[in-house]
Amino acid sequence: MRRRVPVSLILGAVITALILAVALLSFVWTPFPAEQIRVVARLRPPGPEHWLGTDHFGRDVLSMIMVGARNSLAVGAAAVALGAAVGVPLGLAAASWGHWGDEAVARLGDLLFAFPAVLTAILLTAVLGAGAVNVVLALGVFNAAVFARVTRGAAFSVWRREFVRAALALGRGPLSVTIIHVLPNVAGVVIVQATVLFAVAVLNEAALSYLGLGIQPPSPSWGKMLGDAQTFLFTAPLQAVFPGAAIALCVLGLNLLGDGLRDVLDPRHRSAPVI
Amino acid sequence: MLNRAKRLALAAATALALVPGAAWPQARTDLVVGMRLEPPHLDPTAGAAAAIDEVTYANLFEPLTRVNADGKVVPGLAQSWTVSKDGLTYSFRLRPNAKFHDGSAADSADVKFSLDRARAADSVNAQKAYFAAIDTVETPDPQTVVVTLSRPDGLFLFHMASGDAAIVAPETAATNKQTPVGTGPFKFERWVSGDRVILARNPAYDGAQPALDRVTFRFISDPAAQVAALKAGDIDTFPQFDTYEALPEFRANPAFMVMVGSTEGETILGTNNGRKPFDDVRVRRAMAHAIDRKTLIDGVLFGNGAAIGSHFPPHRAGYVDLTGMYPYDPEKAKALLAEAGHADGFETTLKLPPPIYARRSGELIAAMLAEVGIRVKVEPMEWAPWLEKVFRGKDYDLTLIAHTEPLDIDIYGRPDYYFNYKSERFLKVEEELNRTQDPVKREKLYAEQQQILAEDAVNAFLFMLPAATVQNAKIEGMWLNRPIQANDVTAVRWK
Amino acid sequence: MLAFLVRRLLTLALTAWLATMVVFAVLEVVPGDPALLMLGTQAQPDTLAALRAQMGLDQPIPVRYLRWVGGLLTGDLGTSLTYARPVADLVAERLAITLPLAAMALVLSAVIAIPLGLTAASRHGRAGDWAVMAFGQVGIAVPSFWFAILLILGFSVKLGWFPAGGFPGWQAGAGPALKALLLPAVALALPEAAILARVTRSAALDTLREDYVRTAWAKGLRRRTVLIRHVLPNALIPVATILGLQCAFLIAGAVVVENVFTLPGLGRLLYQAIGQHDLIVVQSVVVLLAMSVVVVNALVDVAYAAIDPRPRVRT
Repeated sequence: MRRRVPVSLILGAVITALILAVALLSFVWTPFPAEQIRVVARLRPPGPEHWLGTDHFGRDVLSMIMVGARNSLAVGAAAVALGAAVGVPLGLAAASWGHWGDEAVARLGDLLFAFPAVLTAILLTAVLGAGAVNVVLALGVFNAAVFARVTRGAAFSVWRREFVRAALALGRGPLSVTIIHVLPNVAGVVIVQATVLFAVAVLNEAALSYLGLGIQPPSPSWGKMLGDAQTFLFTAPLQAVFPGAAIALCVLGLNLLGDGLRDVLDPRHRSAPVI
Repeated sequence: MLNRAKRLALAAATALALVPGAAWPQARTDLVVGMRLEPPHLDPTAGAAAAIDEVTYANLFEPLTRVNADGKVVPGLAQSWTVSKDGLTYSFRLRPNAKFHDGSAADSADVKFSLDRARAADSVNAQKAYFAAIDTVETPDPQTVVVTLSRPDGLFLFHMASGDAAIVAPETAATNKQTPVGTGPFKFERWVSGDRVILARNPAYDGAQPALDRVTFRFISDPAAQVAALKAGDIDTFPQFDTYEALPEFRANPAFMVMVGSTEGETILGTNNGRKPFDDVRVRRAMAHAIDRKTLIDGVLFGNGAAIGSHFPPHRAGYVDLTGMYPYDPEKAKALLAEAGHADGFETTLKLPPPIYARRSGELIAAMLAEVGIRVKVEPMEWAPWLEKVFRGKDYDLTLIAHTEPLDIDIYGRPDYYFNYKSERFLKVEEELNRTQDPVKREKLYAEQQQILAEDAVNAFLFMLPAATVQNAKIEGMWLNRPIQANDVTAVRWK
Repeated sequence: MLAFLVRRLLTLALTAWLATMVVFAVLEVVPGDPALLMLGTQAQPDTLAALRAQMGLDQPIPVRYLRWVGGLLTGDLGTSLTYARPVADLVAERLAITLPLAAMALVLSAVIAIPLGLTAASRHGRAGDWAVMAFGQVGIAVPSFWFAILLILGFSVKLGWFPAGGFPGWQAGAGPALKALLLPAVALALPEAAILARVTRSAALDTLREDYVRTAWAKGLRRRTVLIRHVLPNALIPVATILGLQCAFLIAGAVVVENVFTLPGLGRLLYQAIGQHDLIVVQSVVVLLAMSVVVVNALVDVAYAAIDPRPRVRT
């Protein structure tokens, strides 16, 4: 019996593609320049000229959300890439070393997981200063720990399988076994995890930018738009609705995509769920 | 027994009703004051946080002299004083029946203790310099304090009126941070950490009794929550209200009263004069031309604030209007930059402390400077790193901050101040100012200093921070202006 | 079992010790001088030095570290640099807000999620199931701080039913205090409820396939009875695990929500202490939070070990 393509995969792919398209479109076209300030036109409600209204400096909210999509996706992708680049090799190495190396990686993971991700990021931005690059670093550290743990778990089960033992018996070294046999077999888990962490990264970046620690002006970001809007809740309540909806939609799309991919690539659900 | 109590109560009630002028229903005697920030502790002699004075000044603690709503120095714990001809000896006469809240007498020994503590080697007074001119403090009798200065200090009485010079008792000085004991008309009742401080009327106060029985200071940092609390009547008066965008709504509502007064806060684009390219006066002038102050005041303060052209508040004697020296002119700014060798502009960073006026102004100024080719990277910071890096380390290009100390133009003459500004011309005038007592001459010298700073365009001078108060229309007696940081509620009453 | 417990305790101690090192080292390099922050721009160098000595900041780094850790071991969390009060008192005061908040959120999420999850499982593949799955997805995707803002917008700004922020203190009575905590608790509970609903659903689905449940069906028991008597108790194990894990995360997750509602809880204390450069408070609170996460994790592990005697493979 052939498996059906899960609905969540289709829905997730469509939403993610839509947001990606908007982000790419913002490079060539936005209704207004996203950074253009016109104080006289501030806090306009949605209308024919500004579809989603203007913010407290008279910037076009739709344009800001479009460029914000680009920023959110960029930060999220960078944080995931950094995490995977560090975490996956670490996890593979831990599984192939066993014993002390493995124990060290596991304890390092314990240590990192003891600090909730947002807390780690707040502390790290206090050291490094606010800004997009430092947010990528802070979120990347957390992601690396998750990748390492998940890759290690998946790699362990591969190492126990017959064909790996056979390869070892044939005289292959641990490095080549890892590359030829283990890596392809954990790739699915890693891809699923990457999608899920992408969603978490977008959410956390928004939280940090909301607190003023993330992407800095003039570059618009969804989180900072929300933070600004909160002071205008009485005068322009809709300002607080649009950027949040954008964050929620983006995270929803990525999570659905992750769930769908998990059903296809990782039917035994070895990758960690989002918490 | 019960009957007797009843009769007594009845008699008391009748007596109360017979007091002439007692109206019914009686006016409220409680007040909830809104504040943005919570004080870290309540000892004004051991911290610079404005919020400490905003709770305690004049209400709980009294200095020898004090500043009133008009910014004048008036009697505090000292009911009168005399100054010797040479300006070196001040003799203060204390209020004879002044008492601390714990019941002990507040006499000359307490004053001596307080002043000596503030200038001691291990003093942690944030304004130790205020006490630097003091040579000796003598106590000929319990009601008299004689302070001898080692050099004349024209601002001595003004400095002694600051919260940092509050008179404290030796027995309680160490615990004032949590349970402050002062001599004021209100005493400390309770502190709900993170939310409010409650003061109660001090029935043993020897001066005029305030109209209020209970004053609660509530700390609400979020603008939306501030507006909501005012509307709900949870807060009666909110001085230093900085959610300017909500002012029109409150103005339109007859249940509220809005006052916009002045502060001492000159807001400037702090510029590192010691760093390239800002060591070139043409670059600094170009920036002054590139900033549209009207848009800035509109965008940040929603129109509530006066533009300035130098480091001096318009409401003080000696002010000269220099706002016309660098009119908004991007073309001229570009020309000046080209002249200075920056035809293609340059890149720089702008480090912003946390207040919302700084963050918003920074965003607007970055956009304005971008128009003339100066590409600004904005870096928001918390206060601790700002003080460490920008103020002390002088490791910055541009910053944005309101200087709220009164009469602080002298900072431009301080060596090693974070502007890295050095001017012989300015220093000469400063020296003369220190020697001059005559008010008219002093005003002239102040004017000269303002002119020098504007010509050198040391910093881009932006605007005066306004003091907006939103309150229940039935309240009277709150200060309109902020000559010093204080919420003096001793004269506040409900109509 | 004993060997496992000893091993678990040892790793717990190791993690705790590493956590103190990391936190201390990180805070050492954060730029800022607490004395300068207290005394402001007019302070003189000698005054700053005096205050630093008073705060104990003039001591060398190893001495300060050992003092701090020594204090932690004896239950002394140190004295806050800004508030000049024992950190333990501050933490206790703030926990009086954060713990009830977390508890309310936990109860709310359980009350919402468990019936939803059970219903979804019993209608597997039908509209009700889809609706709960959609709730699960949306609930996770909605950022809690945005949801918090929307709650303020709706219930405080528009309707005026709840305060937009702040906390009147327990002295003001349980009514107003609980009222101030309700919206934040709802904001905190949403993502937790979404996760919990998904976990309950899949756990219940697994149980529904068991023989004894089929027997119960076959006996003709009503659906409600089957669900509550037979399915729920067995599905509770994974649900309780997730709830346990969420306890620690709720306290930490409160950082952002407490900021939105300006609630003076532990999260806000921590966030402000970072801004105020109150090293002692940040160090102690962060380590305390980290420890609570580690201890809860360990308890979950031990509980599993007690229930399930098979050899453990960590994943």
